[in-house]
Amino acid sequence: MSAVIGVAPTAASPVIPAAQSPRKLAIKRFCSRPAALIGLFIVVVFIVTALAAPWIAPYDPIKTSWTAIRKAPGALYWMGTDENGRDVLSRVIWGARASMMAGVISVGIAAGIGVPAGLIAGFVGGRTDMLLSRVVDTMLAVPNLILAIALAAFLGPSLQNAMIAIGITAAPIFMRVARGATMDAATNDYVEAARALGNPAWRVAVRHVLPNIVPPVLVQATLAIAGAIIAEAALSFLGLGQQPPAPSWGSMLNSAQRFLSQAPWLAIFPGAAIFLCVMSFNLVGDGLRDALDPRGK
Amino acid sequence: MRRLLLATASIAALCGGAQKALSQEAPTQTLRIAIAEDGDVLDPSVARTFVGRIVFAGLCDKLFDLNEKLEIVPQLATGFEYTDPKTLILTLRPGVKFHDGTDMDAAAVKYSLERHATFPGSTRKAELGAMDKVEVDGPLKVKITLKSPSSPFVSQLTDRAGMIVSPKAAEAAGKDFGLKPVCAGPFKFVERVAQDHITMERFPEYWDAKNVHFAKVVYQVIVDNSVRLANLQAGAIEIGERIGATDVDAARKDSKLNTAVFPSLGFQSINFNLGNGPKSKLPLGSSALVRKAFELSIDRHALMQVVYNGLYPATVQGIPAASPFHNEALKVPERDIAKAKALLAQAGVKAPVPITLTVSTSSDQKQVAEVIQSMTAEAGFEVKVQATEFASMLSAESSGDYEASAIGWSGRADPDGNLYSFMYTGAPLNDWKYSNKDVDTWLDAARATTDVATRKALYAKITTQLHADLPVLYLDNNPWITVSNKKLTGFRPIADGMIRIQGMVLAK
Amino acid sequence: MRGHLGQRLLQVLPTLLLVSILVFCLQQLMPGDPALVLAGEERDPAVLAAIRTELWLDRSLPIQYLHWIGGVVRGDLGFSWRIRQPVIQLVTTKLPVTLQLGAMAFIIAVGIGVPMGILSAVKRNTKWDYIANGVGLAGLSTPNFWLGIMLILLVSVKLGWLPPSGYVSLAEDWRQSLATTIMPAFVLGNAIAAVLMRHTRSAMLTAMDQDYVRTARAKGLPERVVILRHALRNALVPVVTLGALELGTLLSGAVLTEQVFSIPGFGKLIVDAVFNRDYPVVQGVVLVTATIYVLLNLLADVLYVVINPRMRGA
Repeated sequence: MSAVIGVAPTAASPVIPAAQSPRKLAIKRFCSRPAALIGLFIVVVFIVTALAAPWIAPYDPIKTSWTAIRKAPGALYWMGTDENGRDVLSRVIWGARASMMAGVISVGIAAGIGVPAGLIAGFVGGRTDMLLSRVVDTMLAVPNLILAIALAAFLGPSLQNAMIAIGITAAPIFMRVARGATMDAATNDYVEAARALGNPAWRVAVRHVLPNIVPPVLVQATLAIAGAIIAEAALSFLGLGQQPPAPSWGSMLNSAQRFLSQAPWLAIFPGAAIFLCVMSFNLVGDGLRDALDPRGK
Repeated sequence: MRRLLLATASIAALCGGAQKALSQEAPTQTLRIAIAEDGDVLDPSVARTFVGRIVFAGLCDKLFDLNEKLEIVPQLATGFEYTDPKTLILTLRPGVKFHDGTDMDAAAVKYSLERHATFPGSTRKAELGAMDKVEVDGPLKVKITLKSPSSPFVSQLTDRAGMIVSPKAAEAAGKDFGLKPVCAGPFKFVERVAQDHITMERFPEYWDAKNVHFAKVVYQVIVDNSVRLANLQAGAIEIGERIGATDVDAARKDSKLNTAVFPSLGFQSINFNLGNGPKSKLPLGSSALVRKAFELSIDRHALMQVVYNGLYPATVQGIPAASPFHNEALKVPERDIAKAKALLAQAGVKAPVPITLTVSTSSDQKQVAEVIQSMTAEAGFEVKVQATEFASMLSAESSGDYEASAIGWSGRADPDGNLYSFMYTGAPLNDWKYSNKDVDTWLDAARATTDVATRKALYAKITTQLHADLPVLYLDNNPWITVSNKKLTGFRPIADGMIRIQGMVLAK
Repeated sequence: MRGHLGQRLLQVLPTLLLVSILVFCLQQLMPGDPALVLAGEERDPAVLAAIRTELWLDRSLPIQYLHWIGGVVRGDLGFSWRIRQPVIQLVTTKLPVTLQLGAMAFIIAVGIGVPMGILSAVKRNTKWDYIANGVGLAGLSTPNFWLGIMLILLVSVKLGWLPPSGYVSLAEDWRQSLATTIMPAFVLGNAIAAVLMRHTRSAMLTAMDQDYVRTARAKGLPERVVILRHALRNALVPVVTLGALELGTLLSGAVLTEQVFSIPGFGKLIVDAVFNRDYPVVQGVVLVTATIYVLLNLLADVLYVVINPRMRGA
């Protein structure tokens, strides 16, 4: 996410007249969308929850209790207890850390690799494009879960390595999207004009092309966060993600699978957390897209 | 030195109570069996998975079989006799045909046993390691000469090493025999769609055809535990193996289903790296006191209650309770945190003692590890759980890149099969490099004698010594959980966990 | 245009070659020894050595690779180490299953996603937009395997409407076949529908603001014509590209879904092969998947050029 937010200030500059600061305009437009604001609010709540987990979780998330195994939700345990008598609410709160990190950091890695590569490929063209596109074609042609499994197994099982594996695996699609948008933008009159005026290529790319690829990259990023959270769940399932007993929403869902009929709350709450978190990221992404792309008004 | 089989009694038991619905005409029904994973190659010389053995039960008859009391009973052979401790005479059943119509005779038995022992890539070599040579001693008589006396030898013939294949088909197919196996079992191989199903059809000339009441049998691969149960509940399959312990309540509540929970020959355990590479030099591997402290900090009964709803019996030895060689004197110790702490102090290690425990990625194994982690923390251990996929775990164990790891073993009828290759110095499955000269001597001695009392005494010594040295921390003697439709009768719960189709009947 | 196509076709082979090398190297990076997995309980050094010799595992990597690729060139993908069936046979039995599942999922996805995307773009900021967005968001935000298990519990176990798992081929019994694949196809398609809907909406919004759309409107053309002929045509450019990519990634999306519904398709085949270190199957299946994927991309490229007038000159 950070990589995406980082480009926001320059985003509107080439197309907006300098009457009002483009940053302020974008914020204003963002704020005029209630859905985006709700989304942002939930994202902030999740971030605060993740950061403040030690203080707000009612119980220790890994403290087992053999006398309170698979208790249904009630006054004492709002979301019930799991197969080891641990408080599900506390685990969902702590799980926010792992899952949000998995979602955000791996997408950051993916965008950090993919966007510059796509920009270069699309703008420079020629042999550079050829080479980069071959690499991307190759990576995209291998089913991405297989790529992630192989990378994660190679790096060794841990949450950090799972994030790296997911990030690398997701990078090609960012490159694809950025490259396509760059090529599209490069045919625009103002870019051609800027080039004709003798601006250096890197400057044209950063000032005039980059802003135009933000909307599609943002759409891709919001989708990718969802994918990354779920990919972490899949890798945890295969033992290549978060290691027990530390919780992530994905690993909680996976251990819940054994108790679906007996203890459905074990699956419902982490499932709902993923749902809510991913949805709020999507709302924010939509809002950002509209705010940064005034033409869509 | 003479032992003959109580042959006929068990044949009658075979058809146990399921005789009523039988008629003389050929059966038309299909039996659908859900298996928990896809098997490997269907060649008894090469196969190595447990689930493959379940499929072989429909396909390939063995020289001998096991009954409910784990006694060796006739199948393709009607009896055996030791003329001296190193010479074994097998008498074969007359008139048995292979699926390709050729005769099952002494030459075929000689061919199959030699194939098991010498085929490149055979995984039967160790099981038949005691065998020196096989000779044809008449059309239905086989003489086996052993390198040294071996009491577990005949029991090996109740499993894959005793499966007899058609020499004609095996010779023609070579390495591809597993693609279209030809044996002398109740069903003929029809087709296999990998990861989906294996279909077989009734073999009309089967020697015991009157006890086979299905025209077709389909082994359906259904990996997910709850989906396997859902299929049983929906009536889409008739019988399913290895149902999850936590699903047993739901299965028992369903009036359409029968749930059989019965003892197995296997165990689940945690093995400690004692001498395989640098990780064996850590406190756990270098001190039996630390291992003892680890054991005393675990409440096995509570562990089984939490993870397996109390269905798995706790144990401290590799010989299952179902076996006559089980050491009754060895009791599961009570949890004793104070003593565990004292042992740690005595060993001179300071708490917290960090330990990395490698487990497979199955969710019940992870839960076992989590519970142990929590229990041992009170005594001063700091267990880090490392969930690892199967192939990586195998390599890590074999190369010594682990400190403690959790494994399971499906078990063998003879106690030798559960102990020798795990505990004998330098044996193939002894990845933790345990070595105790006394244990080696006793293991060899128990192999060399067929006298039950002597063997029982030896195994008592072995299990007691192993519990003192603790190279392996046995946790439980996991039972089989088989659920079937109530319309299906005649399933025989035998500790090897096989599904024997002979005698099973499905009411219309 | 023809030159462009020719150039793309020329890129197919090097890409596939790179894929095969990448997969070969990745396998070597992963921990785990195939001979150990194959030997199972029989871990005698002699048996391990025999397995390694038979499977060429004792040769150097380049030799192993050349041995395999040499077979591929002659049309021989080798055999599964685990069950000894030829890889070609595995591919031909599994591929139709996943293709059927994928096609059904894609029909569901396009049928839901594209109209919803158009609707929400055209009726922007009305309740239709919000409803479409809400449905799309819900689809996007639901974890696939969780949805699968919930559907099995509800539709099969509680209601008994559909079989919980398994697969029947179209040729065998088309009704049964649809019954066994409709739930997994929905689970797969539902997520892609959401992606397509968002891409369609995003692209439609951009297209509707372009000069030529404004011009068309100014000319007094009916709104329906403006939207369908002018805006949609241009909006489809990114949708087609991304749609083709989604179709490609559907193969790996199918992995968990196939696991939950016990569908014996490509996804399950490859994941099991990776975990069993059944290298010939991994290599063969990835190669086939990559070929399909590359061809789909080529198709998307061609469509991209055909429907985007601006690209024609380039």
